[in-house]
Amino acid sequence: MALRTPEQKADEVAATPTGTGRRSFLGYLIAAPTLVVAAQVGAGALAPQAAQAAIPSLPQPEELFDLGDLQDLAALSTSTMIAIQLNTDGTASFALPRAEVGQGITTLVAQLIAEELDLPIDKVHITLADARPELLFNQLTGGSNSTRSMYTPVRTAAAIAREQLMIAAAAKWGVPVSTVSTNSGVVKSQSGKTATYGSLAVAAAATQRTSIQVQLKPAAQFTVIGKAQNRIDALDAVTGRKTFAMDLKIPNALPTMVRRAPTVNGTVKSVANIAAVKAMGGITDVGIISTGVAVRGATFGQCIAAVNALNVTWNPGPVDAESDATIAKKLKAAELPLVVPPLPLLTQAVDDTFTFAFASNSPLEPNCAVADVRPDRAEIWSSLKVPIAAVQQIAQNLGLPQTAVSAHVVQGGGSFGRHLFSDAAIEAAEISRKFGKPVKLMWHRTDDFRHGRTHPMSTSRVRVTYGLGNVISYEQRHTSVQTDFTHGLGEMITAMAAKLPAGNFVGFSESIFELTQSVPYNFGVVTQLLNETFAYDAFHTGSMRNIYSPNVCVATELIVDRVAAKMGKDPLAFRREYLKDARTLAVLNKVAQVGNWGRAMPAGMAQGIAVHNEYKGAIATLVEIDCRPATVNRQVKDAVTGPRVTKAVVAVDVGLPVNPRGLEAQMLGGISDGIALILTSSVHMKDGLPLEGSWDNYFYTRQWNTPLDIQVIVMPPTTGQPGGAGELGVAPVAAAVACAYARATNTAPTSFPINHGTLSFTPLPRSVIPPEPTDGLSHAF
Amino acid sequence: MPSHTFKLNGQQVTVDVPDDLRLLWVLRDVLGVMGPKYGCGLDVCKACTSHINGKAFNPCSVRISDIKPTDEVTTIEGLPATVGKPLHPMQQAWLDFDVAQCGYCQPGQIMAAVAKVKQARAAGHEITDADLDELRNICRCGTYFRIREAVKAGAQKM
Repeated sequence: MALRTPEQKADEVAATPTGTGRRSFLGYLIAAPTLVVAAQVGAGALAPQAAQAAIPSLPQPEELFDLGDLQDLAALSTSTMIAIQLNTDGTASFALPRAEVGQGITTLVAQLIAEELDLPIDKVHITLADARPELLFNQLTGGSNSTRSMYTPVRTAAAIAREQLMIAAAAKWGVPVSTVSTNSGVVKSQSGKTATYGSLAVAAAATQRTSIQVQLKPAAQFTVIGKAQNRIDALDAVTGRKTFAMDLKIPNALPTMVRRAPTVNGTVKSVANIAAVKAMGGITDVGIISTGVAVRGATFGQCIAAVNALNVTWNPGPVDAESDATIAKKLKAAELPLVVPPLPLLTQAVDDTFTFAFASNSPLEPNCAVADVRPDRAEIWSSLKVPIAAVQQIAQNLGLPQTAVSAHVVQGGGSFGRHLFSDAAIEAAEISRKFGKPVKLMWHRTDDFRHGRTHPMSTSRVRVTYGLGNVISYEQRHTSVQTDFTHGLGEMITAMAAKLPAGNFVGFSESIFELTQSVPYNFGVVTQLLNETFAYDAFHTGSMRNIYSPNVCVATELIVDRVAAKMGKDPLAFRREYLKDARTLAVLNKVAQVGNWGRAMPAGMAQGIAVHNEYKGAIATLVEIDCRPATVNRQVKDAVTGPRVTKAVVAVDVGLPVNPRGLEAQMLGGISDGIALILTSSVHMKDGLPLEGSWDNYFYTRQWNTPLDIQVIVMPPTTGQPGGAGELGVAPVAAAVACAYARATNTAPTSFPINHGTLSFTPLPRSVIPPEPTDGLSHAF
Repeated sequence: MPSHTFKLNGQQVTVDVPDDLRLLWVLRDVLGVMGPKYGCGLDVCKACTSHINGKAFNPCSVRISDIKPTDEVTTIEGLPATVGKPLHPMQQAWLDFDVAQCGYCQPGQIMAAVAKVKQARAAGHEITDADLDELRNICRCGTYFRIREAVKAGAQKM
């Protein structure tokens, strides 16, 4: 199609002299002491999906060209190298230019290398690359795009490395290369000679950069790709050895915390007792920064005491007058009009508006970073999904050249969109500069909920017209508090563009909405439009394990159920009739069969079914929910119990599942997230601040909300290309839960999560850190 | 500065810290024991779950002055030694079921699971779904289902 670019063609050299007809890929030998092979990143396939049907809807932008493609395309123009190094101990090393925040990308990349290099996976060492400004767009972790963007370049480099090892061995033995082969890290000759990769690593090294073409393994020969692989970092995780930013032992980087404003984006007017607080036990430094008052001390416990002892007068923030109700009014005012006129003689309409509360993307590891800023340089350690933009922003803030700032990407304790922003790293750099000392900055949990990023409140209005036995039009108007996209596509140029007046919406929100959203059904005339209100930085917003998809999908699928009912059709049968594409139909049929759709259930229990397409994948979910009083009213201390999803069945087709076990894990996360979004977890915005301040206020799914019966079906390969998976599961699970809840309760819910109208906790005080409990021993079990 | 002593992962340790410093900060900031994670400091998220005299507790919510010299504190780092093996059966079950995603909560999850299984047995039964529902540890990656599978499997080898 037209979107294919010259750069991409250069990466995909047509047929090779051997005439096999298979596509060759280009990589490079890099001059180094041992064998180092590089390949360009950013050569994703841009194949359109087919659309066919009843009253065919024109393909929407997402179906042809999605957000991942945009990321890939952005990468093409500037792409440079990723490199695999062979070591003399027989291992291979690869510094992955992505963040690992729990989704298993390091394991998956190790699989790709193991496959093409023919090396046991335990000999593949994956680290996270430092910020590499030369990579520009190619160092952003998000949009479920890591697998898609790494799949071909990593395999190319690994395949060339294997060939070079064979060439080195053949030269050493004086035999033709065609007579040697590899087996699990060893090169063998026909006469039985063997050489380990380690023994060949130096001999195979290049003395100058050389371009090499290589063919990749055909899928039929895969022995690692497509096979379940346990996480390569699992042993570290279960022994406590896995190292996160706050576990690093950077010399003299003492614990540091910040006293924050009583409202979002409030600033310090004055502090009455800086000297007195600095004299407190263990405290070394106290100072005003742009986001509050920073305190550095020997222990975090002493920092908490000092933070709370500060006597601060605050300036107001920009949204002090805003609460859920005032924001809802502004969203209503910003909603774009529907355009299909009602045609009362022939058609009927279903028309409703769904409201989705603010939600927190707070991971379990709070915002944190280590910073060591000197007069002439700065060094940062943090979980950064956009490390290049972080380096550039910090350099600008500190007045240092970009080359004087280094950023080490540390394994993250979750992200869910949070680490697209480098808030903690930027703040830590400011504090370290101010104090002239290294700092280990950690946000308190309460601040992380209140001043950290939220997924913004939104509404989704849907009107469907139908008549004469068919659906004629589908219109959706999604209206949201503006999502901050100022992380751009990974570096400063697009990040700056997003900060220009209207740049965040016109340049990003609108485009990203169009590139990520589509209706999977043939509903005649389809329009989906977005409008946003409030400045991008009025609240602290950001993506949260998807951007718009869960809310849009919930609204779509609830309306689909209602239209099906009006047209006298079973929800499954209706979906089968109107679905556009075969892959989605296949996953729908799979969950219906495995989940026994339509089985008899007691009153108060019901099934729900939903589908979603995104990231070049198709997914369907069937859930069962128990809304009977005995379940809803079960008691757990300081908890929201409520309805319980008792069963979840997910069928997922990602095109090519590289690691089915990891994919299943991502679906399990999607199930926990989807349940939370519909039943329990939200942020209440009140007078310019989220009221939530602890995990017993923000009711993310807990064990007592977890289904006891979960089945994830990973569909066999369909497209041969891996799609995205990290975010894919959330939307259809949320939608299926919402549909099941509506059916079980015989209601038409329009506000989510369903418990948002009831504040189930007593809010913690503003601005101060809640006191550390002292009664822990009394809860021992 | 007051001196405090207790047994940590089999060794007697002594620290000079204020009486009211919570044990989590003694472990992490003073002794450099990084297995117990900070997730809230409010005895809510349970990421720092460790054992005191074999029972699960949260060091974020205990003052060092409330720890007696004879108390035995075990963190994830010391769990394998309690069974004299390279890994505790619960840790092995976590590997078998590939539970961890980001891994941040998992040391606390494992410590809580071991205690929960023992608590059930002390009450005369094997661990049930109702017992598992009582585990309060947050996993924001949403690994709860595999945790349930792993706890049941790990219990059989304990």
